[in-house]
Amino acid sequence: MPEIPGSSSPRGTSGRIEISRDEVAHLADLARIDLSDAELEHLAPQLSVILESVASIAEVAADEIPPTSHALPLTNVFRDDVVTPGLTAEQALAMAPASEGQRFSVPRILGEEA
Amino acid sequence: MSTDTLLSFEESLEKFDPAMGLEVHVELNTNTKMFCGCPAVFGGEPNSQVCPTCLGLPGAMPVVNAKAVESAMRIGLALNCEIAEWCRFARKNYFYPDMPKNFQTSQYDEPIAFEGYLDVELEGGEIVRVEIERAHMEEDTGKSLHVGGATGRIHGADHSLVDYNRAGIPLIEIVTKPIMGSREKAPEVAKAYVAQLRELIVALGVSDARMDQGSIRADVNLSLAPVGTGSLGTRTETKNVNSLRSVERAVRYEMQRHAAILDGGGSILQETRHWHEDTGVTTSGRPKSDADDYRYFPEPDLVPVAPSREWVEELKGTLPELPREKRGRLQKEWGFSDLEMRDTVGAGALGLVEETIAAGASPQSARKWWLSELARRANDSGQEIADLGVTPADVAAVQALVDAGSLNDKLARQVFDGLIAGEGTPAEIVAARGLAIVSDDGALGAAVDKAIEANPDVADKIRDGKVAAAGALIGAVMKEMRGQADAGRVRELIIEKLT
Amino acid sequence: MTDYLRASAADLVAALEAGETTSVALTELFLDRIEAVDSAVHAFLHVDREGALAQAAASDARRAAGAPASVLDGVPIAVKDVLATEGLPTTCGSKILEGWIPPYDATVVTRLKEAGLPILGKTNMDEFAMGSSTEHSAYGPTRNPWDLDRIPGGSGGGSAAAVAAFEAPLAIGTDTGGSIRQPGAVTGTVGVKPTYGGVSRYGLVAMANSLDQAGPVSRTVLDSALLHEVIGGHDPRDSTSIKEPVGALAEAARQGASGDLSGLRVGVIKELGGEGYQAGVEASFRESLDLLVSAGAELVEVSCPSFVHALAAYYLIMPSEASSNLAKFDAMRYGLRVVPDGDPSAEDVMRASRDAGFGDEVKRRIILGTYALSSGYYDAYYGQAQKVRTLISRDFEAAFEKADVLVSPTAPTTAFKLGEKLDDPLAMYLNDLATIPANLAGVPGISLPSGLASEDGLPAGFQVLAPALADDRLYRVGAALETLLEKKWGGPLLAQAPSLDTGPGGRVGRSAPVSRPPYSTTGEMA
Repeated sequence: MPEIPGSSSPRGTSGRIEISRDEVAHLADLARIDLSDAELEHLAPQLSVILESVASIAEVAADEIPPTSHALPLTNVFRDDVVTPGLTAEQALAMAPASEGQRFSVPRILGEEA
Repeated sequence: MSTDTLLSFEESLEKFDPAMGLEVHVELNTNTKMFCGCPAVFGGEPNSQVCPTCLGLPGAMPVVNAKAVESAMRIGLALNCEIAEWCRFARKNYFYPDMPKNFQTSQYDEPIAFEGYLDVELEGGEIVRVEIERAHMEEDTGKSLHVGGATGRIHGADHSLVDYNRAGIPLIEIVTKPIMGSREKAPEVAKAYVAQLRELIVALGVSDARMDQGSIRADVNLSLAPVGTGSLGTRTETKNVNSLRSVERAVRYEMQRHAAILDGGGSILQETRHWHEDTGVTTSGRPKSDADDYRYFPEPDLVPVAPSREWVEELKGTLPELPREKRGRLQKEWGFSDLEMRDTVGAGALGLVEETIAAGASPQSARKWWLSELARRANDSGQEIADLGVTPADVAAVQALVDAGSLNDKLARQVFDGLIAGEGTPAEIVAARGLAIVSDDGALGAAVDKAIEANPDVADKIRDGKVAAAGALIGAVMKEMRGQADAGRVRELIIEKLT
Repeated sequence: MTDYLRASAADLVAALEAGETTSVALTELFLDRIEAVDSAVHAFLHVDREGALAQAAASDARRAAGAPASVLDGVPIAVKDVLATEGLPTTCGSKILEGWIPPYDATVVTRLKEAGLPILGKTNMDEFAMGSSTEHSAYGPTRNPWDLDRIPGGSGGGSAAAVAAFEAPLAIGTDTGGSIRQPGAVTGTVGVKPTYGGVSRYGLVAMANSLDQAGPVSRTVLDSALLHEVIGGHDPRDSTSIKEPVGALAEAARQGASGDLSGLRVGVIKELGGEGYQAGVEASFRESLDLLVSAGAELVEVSCPSFVHALAAYYLIMPSEASSNLAKFDAMRYGLRVVPDGDPSAEDVMRASRDAGFGDEVKRRIILGTYALSSGYYDAYYGQAQKVRTLISRDFEAAFEKADVLVSPTAPTTAFKLGEKLDDPLAMYLNDLATIPANLAGVPGISLPSGLASEDGLPAGFQVLAPALADDRLYRVGAALETLLEKKWGGPLLAQAPSLDTGPGGRVGRSAPVSRPPYSTTGEMA
């Protein structure tokens, strides 16, 4: 069952935002990027500066303002349930770094599916 | 293998109250996938049912399958849910090699259907209302084959091979609210809910609803709280529960496992667990942690779904007779007692009996064969009754042979042996095994003479007018003819010859 | 004899129609120009000589048979490397997609092919369109034809530079926060961001799906209108595509070129000017306003108070969407796979490949977006940013009550030096100050050259914004201003650009001559 995000607000939206090296490392982990120590050192202060510059936004819009996720208010765009031509397996696999038995070959998978 | 300590089921209940949540994924039987025009059928050549969209190629975009939305709404309506006036798809972000975009296009806080219920009937006839929190639309993932390693399992594998044919097939996830207060009946309630939800899906015609092929998949959430407190404890989420029987067993197992840990002063780790059908245990999967930060946000490549109320009303008109109503109607038509009806439903044989009757058998004969004969065999071999290899048409054909006097019950059982062994149609099996009843007077007369000769004292009794003694001679004739004699004609011949 | 290299696409069409030249001749002309100058400019990542010439030959055959496929049939074009092209490499300026050859065409590309425009090649860009200078391309920067030591804008610096350097008469760009308009401004070319949903995004490798829009890049306003008509219109494969015909855009441009703007209300956005805007850019903008007035337009000042938050909203929404879009680059199905030592798992390979395959700016934005979407931060960042979008749309609505079009300088400054802002992300982001609001609200915008800034002699851009679906107004106003400016200048602004004349050996040597072109090629060199 999903949990609602945003139950807590970011720390210090009105004051300084400090994003630590460890926090960047955690985010890099979530984003599956193997950042080096040097990259982490370099990125942390840059992100702090960027976040500080965007932090003003937290107080701009009042609760009653509806969010806009789509610039134009379209709804109900559907497709008929009719098969259309796709790719052949050969096309699908043509750019694969590795394949075997008409399947994509990937290195061993560590964890179970989420 | 598991080394879990379990408390006995009874002791678990003395100390704790269980709370369950069931999440059932239903794979729809639409022609095409959720967001692209690739065929949504089971079992094609690997990676032959893919396109840029379901393969997650850079630049490709999704378009929603109208039929899938319609099926989702019909499921929601059948579950007495509200249908959203406006809802969106959202991205659930996590990395996994069988998920081409590394996010699943799903729904988050705006499901298409919400706040419903399903009234579930237990074996004793008791009705339990299971409240539905939501039913939402999403897409399936690809399938991985794990290569190397001993067992084909993920652990110890050397590498994996991925087929994306299944990626993007429409799924409806149906989530219950916590089911509390069912106590010792919790395992039964869980099984009955999934079974009756499955029946509903079948009646709606929106899915193949084959648990063995994964077109219905259940996850079981379970937690315990000290008895009488009414609180909710830490839960585990057991995945991979792929048969009705396993739903019941998995609930029971987790109740006993949680109880042992809590009773010993430990605490439950919030985690995903995996059910093992073969060994009947759960094992630890993945701990729930910060890594479960799915970073949901509205899918910007899709626009909101806002079903008009006219559309919703129109779909309400397409809902089939609900299974429980249908059961009431059929019981009346068939003249079954409450007990007979419950047994039929409990054995998962309602549809089979219905089809057998439709194929020409009388209600009582259809019930008799499925519930006495075939249910026992399924139980012996640990199979679902529907998977024995015997069709309703077969059963009706066997009964027709019995009605015509060509088979008796004993011979009919041998025909079922042949059907289960895959030897052909009932007529073919009767012919091949030589099972037809002999009513030819020549062959029967000889056997009767032989029996009279071998049992002179019995023959004398009959001659003295004690016709009831004929049974012993009939038995001897049947033995001689390996059960294939027409018992009625044998009786007539004996009495003709001796009186 | 007409100088076809410097002619507008509309003039090339006229020459083709008159039988004065052929598509093959034009295509060869531009391919030769690319060969001559692109080692200096580096506008292209890939040139498809063989394919372009084959398409040109087919076009000539159609025209000979009296059945051209469209108005622009036979006019060559360059396509930004962010659009999928079947059989042609599509890298998005990233190492992670080096050598990727898509098995399908983007809808825009399909429409170009159906309309008979030979595709010369794929143009350079900031990696995954993240940047305002094209310096974030993994394959080296593109240089501004006005000054090879300066940036051509970004992310579509390749498309703008290709058109400015006469390597192509037309190009396709994409605009998420200004990536068509800002490069147009700093290279003295025309660029249009259509109404969101006006041009299909199918096959456009997304940076921020709710903001991205493909559009025309050209040397004249009319040329953009002609190209816009070819690529625009509903596409059932893009759910956000508008179900309306694209409209009579070329007609609007021709009408505007008459130079009469009587009765037009032009809103000058108070918030897009002043502090942070270069004096010469503002002066050029004012001169253009005077010309609009002289053509009969009425100026009104409008205030859009929420625009001050546009940059912040943009730098939350864009990285959030991008962080999710770029997750698919995981080394499993296509693209770069880096296998670390030892016995790496799929996860290890993903991490190593994404580290090696993505550049600094891409990593910065992925991390930023991951942060903004994280539970606990979603409401305060992404959620708030979406609300600011609503406020910005409301500002536009109010402003369009008072004015038919809104105007501002396109970019606060002229082209800066290569390397100047490379490691100062905030300074780089400020280049998009004036262009971002249109993306957030989905409204269309055009940038056209307004002249040279007095302090550095480099081009400045004039931006016109119109209400959603009123793209025709951009062309009417743009063409009118262009006519008035060119009358003043005595010709197109690009006539004042350095010639990039080819020296001995046939190539422009900025310093040492380059022995081979910086782009890859398909087909034999002529």
